[in-house]
Amino acid sequence: MKAAPFTYHAPRSIDEAAGLLASLENAKVLAGGQSLVAMMNFRYVIADHLVDLARVEGLAGIKVANGVMRIGAMTRQRELEFSADVERLCPLMKAALLNVGHRQTRNRGTIGGSLAHADPAAELPAVCAAHDALIEITGRRGTRKVPFAEFSLGFMTTAVEPDEFISAIEIPLWPEGHGAGFREYARRHGDFAIVGAAALVALGPDKAVQRASLTLCGVGTGPVRLDESEKLLTGRRLDRAAAIEAAKAARTVEAMSDVHATADYRRHLAGVLIFRALRDAAARFGIEI
Amino acid sequence: MDKRSVSLRVNGRQYEREVEPRLSLADFLRHELDLTGTHLGCEHGVCGACTVLIDGRTARSCLTFAVQVDGCEVTTVESLASPDGALNVLQQAMREKHGLQCGFCTPGVLMTLTELLNDNPDPTEDDVRTVLTGNLCRCTGYSGMVEAALEASRRMREQRGN
Amino acid sequence: MGAQQFGARVARVEDPALLSGRGRFVDDVKLPGMLHACFVRSPHGHARIRGIDAAAAKALPGVHAVFTADDMPAPMAAERMPMLVPNPAISAALTQHCLAREEVCYVGQTVAVVIADSRHIAEDAAALVDVDYDPLKAVSDCREALKDGSPRAHLALDTNIASKFRMAYGDVDAAFASAAHVFSEDIWQHRGGGMAMEARAVIAQPDPLSGLLTVWSATQTPHIGRRMMADLLDRSLESIRVIAPDVGGGFGPKAIFYAEEAVIPAAALKLNRPVKWTEDRREHFMCATQERDQYWNVSIALDPYGKIVGVRGTLLHDTGAFVPWGIIMPYIAAATMPGPYVIPNYALDVTVALTNKVATTPVRGAGRPQAVFAMERLMDRAAQELELDPTEIRRRNFIQPEQMPYSVGLTFRDGKPLVYDSGDYPKAQSEALRLIDHAAFRRRQSKARTEGRFIGIGLANYVEGTGLGPYEGVTVRILPNGKVAVATGATNQGQGTRTTLAQVVADRLGCRFDDIVMTIGDTAAISQGIGAFASRQAVNAGSSAALAGAEVRTQVVKLAAQVLGVPADDIDVEDGMAVARHGNRQSVSFRDLARLAQGMPGFSLAPGQTPGLEHTAYFAPPQAAYCSGTHVVEVEVDPMIGSVQIIDYAVAHDSGKIINPLIVDGQIQGGVAHGIGNALLEWMRYDENAQPLTTTFADYLIPMATDVPTCKIAHVESPSPLNPLGVKGAGEGGTIPAAAAIVAAVEDALAEFGVHFAECPLMPDRIVEALRRAGAYEKLGEVA
Repeated sequence: MKAAPFTYHAPRSIDEAAGLLASLENAKVLAGGQSLVAMMNFRYVIADHLVDLARVEGLAGIKVANGVMRIGAMTRQRELEFSADVERLCPLMKAALLNVGHRQTRNRGTIGGSLAHADPAAELPAVCAAHDALIEITGRRGTRKVPFAEFSLGFMTTAVEPDEFISAIEIPLWPEGHGAGFREYARRHGDFAIVGAAALVALGPDKAVQRASLTLCGVGTGPVRLDESEKLLTGRRLDRAAAIEAAKAARTVEAMSDVHATADYRRHLAGVLIFRALRDAAARFGIEI
Repeated sequence: MDKRSVSLRVNGRQYEREVEPRLSLADFLRHELDLTGTHLGCEHGVCGACTVLIDGRTARSCLTFAVQVDGCEVTTVESLASPDGALNVLQQAMREKHGLQCGFCTPGVLMTLTELLNDNPDPTEDDVRTVLTGNLCRCTGYSGMVEAALEASRRMREQRGN
Repeated sequence: MGAQQFGARVARVEDPALLSGRGRFVDDVKLPGMLHACFVRSPHGHARIRGIDAAAAKALPGVHAVFTADDMPAPMAAERMPMLVPNPAISAALTQHCLAREEVCYVGQTVAVVIADSRHIAEDAAALVDVDYDPLKAVSDCREALKDGSPRAHLALDTNIASKFRMAYGDVDAAFASAAHVFSEDIWQHRGGGMAMEARAVIAQPDPLSGLLTVWSATQTPHIGRRMMADLLDRSLESIRVIAPDVGGGFGPKAIFYAEEAVIPAAALKLNRPVKWTEDRREHFMCATQERDQYWNVSIALDPYGKIVGVRGTLLHDTGAFVPWGIIMPYIAAATMPGPYVIPNYALDVTVALTNKVATTPVRGAGRPQAVFAMERLMDRAAQELELDPTEIRRRNFIQPEQMPYSVGLTFRDGKPLVYDSGDYPKAQSEALRLIDHAAFRRRQSKARTEGRFIGIGLANYVEGTGLGPYEGVTVRILPNGKVAVATGATNQGQGTRTTLAQVVADRLGCRFDDIVMTIGDTAAISQGIGAFASRQAVNAGSSAALAGAEVRTQVVKLAAQVLGVPADDIDVEDGMAVARHGNRQSVSFRDLARLAQGMPGFSLAPGQTPGLEHTAYFAPPQAAYCSGTHVVEVEVDPMIGSVQIIDYAVAHDSGKIINPLIVDGQIQGGVAHGIGNALLEWMRYDENAQPLTTTFADYLIPMATDVPTCKIAHVESPSPLNPLGVKGAGEGGTIPAAAAIVAAVEDALAEFGVHFAECPLMPDRIVEALRRAGAYEKLGEVA
């Protein structure tokens, strides 16, 4: 399984990268390569040009300012996994990362690459959906920030145009100490999620749920926010009954069947995993569900 | 097809070569440098037989093009034994605990465990099994290599006087 | 006296090179002037070929040739490949052409081959070969294949039935008619591929000077390969040498002879250059042989005490598009079903169906896992209905050790009566139960239940025919430098063949283990050979090693007696020296003896002396040697997800005497991993057009390190009386009862919901579905 021939480019700056993508026909962006190169080896993807972002200055790193965590697109998953800031300020991402592939793939894989590849079962896009992240996209025409809901367009399709690349991800942080839970079912450790569930909960001074974010991945063509379940929780005490109600509402989500699971099973898992994610989130407040 | 020059260190030795961009690091090691210890089991990044270290970190050499590691340091299974052939602590433990049978997945397993033992001086059995999920073995049922990793870790701690 | 090697946990001689990255697998071999191949393969499950246009491919720079059927030597061009294991019960004895002519019958079937400067260019060119296909309706499901109006798997056949046969003894109908209890099960079983980590590979190197064609192949059977190549290439046997170097796992699929193993040598001969073909993983999923679906409909009849009076049923077996290894697999399954139980009457009617998929041939266990699954599900069903403990119903039906040798009443696949040579089935079961602390299990289960956890236990027994003939030879020869050369037709794909045979030779001959230089997997080393499959090498090659070693020892003693001037009875042989026991313990080394044995030019040998110190033995087993054992498994099920975790696994294993316990334990542990895959993970899926859907390691799931616990193993040794070592085969026992025990354990964990499983692999969504149908979520809650 050898890739088809291509010309390799290793730009050093964002401008150079943008210029290449604008001028080359049938060019693909190479980030960590953990998804793209596999597809090239299968010849599912045939690119005439590869633009490798690994040496572009300023595309990697984690910065926190004004309640926003800005993550360079080329930040390796490994760096996120071991970041003290991520653990403290974005615990959902930390929990999700332990399900992303394996040590060997997290060493090279990037957050930008995962978002651009947009596998429906991928965990990092679900984390971004849960946080209403802004995806910064750069090209020769400039830079724009797209809310995640408008970024994810369909099955492995995003708002990134062929002559653009993801440059950064901006995550509006939830209040420190917020409840977060990520629960996934995969057939084996590190496999693609059959279904994954992400829960973020913030409690008000009266201990009622001030804000809830509930997201599923693996059910449809991309991450799905569960508006109804979120509404059911908001304003209520976070207890077992509330969690069960929110989880049951998740079972009505539209789901797909494939070689790995039927739609019915996915819907069933959606309910179970949302409940368990909420249980994890509640535990962070010392609330036992 | 236009070739690109790559300059990299492999197992401590400097190499300069002209390669097609589509040549994987695995094929580069195996066929350009005759380091055939790194194996190809799937070429789609799941089996881990091709695992090497790039700048000290495990990576799937089937998912990396040689041109990507220009200027990097690559470490393969051939670096583990000493020049006179003596097996290192991990290799010796693998032998004693019957951690290999056909040997095809073994180089990848050794590189994964080498990184683990470098990072974590006292791994639990869970730690070992979790990191080994990146390496598929069809022969051994994994128990031998898990015991080998724990035993090697014990011996390395002893050697360090911990 | 040197340490005894037999029975010792000797470190493997294979390891240092493999651990250092100095293994030599086929793809590691580089030859000057070597070219690379890529096959053009059918994208259709069934199609006619109207024409092949290779012009664009040939024009690509770096391409040396594109060959089709007409370019092959005469026997390959028009004829189908020879069948390896014929059987009169096969009515449609079809094998494939090396390169397809007018019809392709499975996705992946070889149509043409591109030879180029690199694999990369060969793949580029293969994509440019334009094959004009006329797609036909493909038959994908073996049950559909039997229905009227089903598409035909082959244009030349008006049926999709490859074989029908019955295996029976006694009078089942009478037994069932008068039985106190009759229970039936409909069972679906699926097994997938061997999935060795190294896929297939072939290199062919013609030497115009000597006329020798050397072929390296990642095969379990180089001698068989050589015979096939001689026929297909129309060359003499002596002009072909086949080498199986280090091979990265076999498990069955590499025992078959493949089209590629003939086409690559043909291409090399035509181009007069070495040619290499390395199979990639996607090809392996499509084109390496595998096992797949079987549908069993079986019934058990019992008396009021729970003793079996009869077992009968039907088996539908999907053989794929061709039958290169005959009907071995379903035959073995049918003959294995009675297992360790006294079954006075038995009948299984087997139908073998053709489908448009790659051929089904034995994978680790070779039909026995399926037979055991069917029998053990029946035993568990009977136990449940009769309210007997699963361990008790089995105790009541075991063949007892005093009944050995026990004649089952069937003919085994080796053509011999199925007679169990030795075994102690009750002991194995009680050992396995003890290892897992079965006595305390119900307490563990209740306690877990109070914590909201669902654990269960399952057990399964098996009897396994191993050590099949016809033979496997070993030559032992003392060299003039004192080393001992050993050559054999046995091969190695990870089972440590070099080590175990060296242990036997060292003991029997009296040489040092480290002085042995062994050649395996090379047709030039020994004239007759068969190879590795059916757990046969320890019995066959082990026994030959013992016989050859002992014979050479006799020659050593005789010659040493002459040299030292003492009676033969006075000579001890150890560590490569012949020593006179009495007097001042004079000795003579193997080195000196070997030089003497060569003779002096012009001088006669001493009376009774034969040239050299060497002997070739071909041990031929009279029949199979029967292993047995018991697996007991403890699992935890998450009923909300349907996921299963194995928390404890106990094996009682009887493969007779053991040459190297380190290696046998490794075979058991590795075999169990395959069994776990069969039970819970592995499903080779095809769509209704016979298109394979699971062609990557992300879609076809084999167990990982977090899926396989370390097994507790107890050895029960019932030596086989049928060979000089008393050994039996150890390669497959770890796999055979695993799925049965695991599925039984899942059922036990969920017993309070009354769910019943008669399928494997048992997938989480099926567990959830069964729980839902049983109303479990009304008790458990829909989400928690």
